[in-house]
Amino acid sequence: MTTKTISKKAFKEFVNAIIAAEKVIGVQAKGERFDFAELTSADDLRLDYDVTLQAPKKYFLPPCETLMTFEVGGGYQSHIADEPFVLLGVHPYDVVAIAQMDELFSQNNADVHYLKRRANATIVAVDVVTASKNVFASSMKTATTRTGFDILLTDIGNAYVMEIATEKGRKLAAQATATVASADDLAKRESIWKANEKGLNKHPLEVNPEYLGKLLDKAYDHPVWEEKAATCFSCGSCNLVCPTCYCFNVQDDVNWDLKTGQRGRAWDGCLLDGFAKVAGGHDFRKKRADRFRHRLYRKAKYVPAKIDGQIACVGCGRCVGACLPDIANPVSVYNRLVDDLGIG
Amino acid sequence: MCECCSVEKDIYLPQTATVQEARILNATEIFVRFGMDDGNFDYVPGQFVEVSIAGIGEAPLTIASSPTFTGGIDMVVRRIGNVTNAIHKLRPGDKIGIRGPLGNGMYPVAEARGRNVVFICGGIGLVPQRSFINYVLDNRDDYGDVAILLGTKDPSQRFLTEELEAWARRKDVIFIETVDKGDASWKGKVGVVTTLISEIKDTLAGAVVSVCGPPIMYKFVLMSLAEYNIPADDIYLNLERKMKCGVGKCGHCQINNVYVCVDGPVFKYSDLATLPEAI
Ligand SMILES: Cc1cc2nc3c(=O)[nH]c(=O)nc-3n(C[C@H](O)[C@H](O)[C@H](O)COP(=O)(O)OP(=O)(O)OC[C@H]3O[C@@H](n4cnc5c(N)ncnc54)[C@H](O)[C@@H]3O)c2cc1C
Ligand code: SF4
Ligand code: SF4
Ligand code: FES
Repeated sequence: MTTKTISKKAFKEFVNAIIAAEKVIGVQAKGERFDFAELTSADDLRLDYDVTLQAPKKYFLPPCETLMTFEVGGGYQSHIADEPFVLLGVHPYDVVAIAQMDELFSQNNADVHYLKRRANATIVAVDVVTASKNVFASSMKTATTRTGFDILLTDIGNAYVMEIATEKGRKLAAQATATVASADDLAKRESIWKANEKGLNKHPLEVNPEYLGKLLDKAYDHPVWEEKAATCFSCGSCNLVCPTCYCFNVQDDVNWDLKTGQRGRAWDGCLLDGFAKVAGGHDFRKKRADRFRHRLYRKAKYVPAKIDGQIACVGCGRCVGACLPDIANPVSVYNRLVDDLGIG
Repeated sequence: MCECCSVEKDIYLPQTATVQEARILNATEIFVRFGMDDGNFDYVPGQFVEVSIAGIGEAPLTIASSPTFTGGIDMVVRRIGNVTNAIHKLRPGDKIGIRGPLGNGMYPVAEARGRNVVFICGGIGLVPQRSFINYVLDNRDDYGDVAILLGTKDPSQRFLTEELEAWARRKDVIFIETVDKGDASWKGKVGVVTTLISEIKDTLAGAVVSVCGPPIMYKFVLMSLAEYNIPADDIYLNLERKMKCGVGKCGHCQINNVYVCVDGPVFKYSDLATLPEAI
């Protein structure tokens, strides 16, 4: 691991050099807000963004992707996307979310489609400069991260501190004109980390996240599920925008020749009506409150059991902004449970 | 094969198989026997496969034959939606795609040795248990008394009737059948399947009990079994849930934190006690 400092001017040149060499996805303005999109010039890159509309998961688990092609009456052929790219400007909480997905798609039955895309990506993370309206990453301990990226950038004013963590990162950084980071630069970075670890906290969680699993153990029949879900539209927006939601649907599609076709997968959401409904009409999670509860149990209990206790909510706050009736905020549910049930 | 992430297998990719036999059993059920084109297929009772009909999709279907049978792999399929209707159009020689075997295959073929075995089936719930039933019958001497209870909605929905008749003729099997609603031709019992449980009181003593049927049936069967003090450890339930991936990723089949596709579909009743969504 090496830590360097690169001036903002040299950084621009560096970004333009990578753009010339390979596909770069970077954070850009989209109206008043921000999103990841293919980058054609370093001038469009906005590393001072607050939060992106969509989570970067879409580059590893696209909203819609082909898994295989087939011929009716014949066999099936895997379709595996294979294009290297650089993902530029990922915030630490999203880096943590990607690391969780990496584990979930690798463990047990490894998913070659996800893993191939992931292996093709070089992740350049960036520490948060502007806190978004709803971020609560400090509560989830995801406001900063020391792992999960190939390069980490920290804006220290006129320059970036650039931590090069992996071989992939080293290869990429070879194109950058940077100097070894000074003790002063590192101290600046340290204070930014300290500030973010406290300050990205618009919805403070009243407990240590590690305690959430135990809290949910006694909350299954709590009235909060019915109360909150009473105004739920079952629109699935909270699933859609979430960097850690990964449920999907699988569907066939036949071409016009009626002989060939493809099987694809598309994002699905456990809040959507019919997510657990089988042919014949029986719905195993028919009530909105049951689906609402399922999402919050997945985030703080079910998925953590598969990833070493990590909470599968990284505090990005996207669902808070995406939910029209304003009920999706995990913190308001968890805090309510803490208030009612105590933490003993 | 993917070099950079060293994963070799595409877990979503079906292998081709060829239909050997396709026989319509009644208005809603078809029996299909198939063989894998590459010949490889090892499974245990309770496992299932994802069956692909190219262009239509995939559906999870139980392997209805026992691994003791080597003449092919059986399934019995009720037509109810897109894939299952397409399966009803299959003819010998047709190609299908198969992923699997999937699921943990938790039927206690070994643990049940030397003990009585009771099967309680509601309608199509006979199919997921047929593998275990045939396994026990093919190794009949290894097990104690065997009872099979079957409840069907009405006589027209019965299927695999020759097999049912063969079981009824066997001296070493208690086979009792009922229909919810009889018709002019029906000479047998009328009533729901739970009404048969009291008839096999003796067999139930110390038995391993396996149950499969529509969601509504489980509650009533479990209540009846409670009267006979069958330990929750000795009751096995085969649960159905919506499935898409069959390999623990897509989230559709979850019962609380459990994935039916990898942790089931067969569960010990005692393991379900902590899962409010199970029954
Ligand atoms: C482990 C397991 C074993 C099963 N074994 C049998 C069997 O031996 N015989 C039989 O007739 N049926 C069985 N079923 C039910 C069978 O899978 C559904 O009837 C079938 O998936 C319906 O698909 P469809 O395309 O015809 O219906 P559609 O309504 O068009 O369904 C679309 C898709 O939704 C999913 N889906 C819908 N209903 C179900 C369901 N009940 N269970 C799981 N996924 C569903 C499937 O992916 C299906 O392709 C089993 C289900 C499970 C979970
Ligand atoms: S649950 Fe909401 S706040 Fe938590 S990671 Fe998902 S979108 Fe972000
Ligand atoms: S909680 Fe909000 S965002 Fe989620 S499905 Fe309900 S209304 Fe939509
Ligand atoms: S069917 Fe996809 S997780 Fe079980």
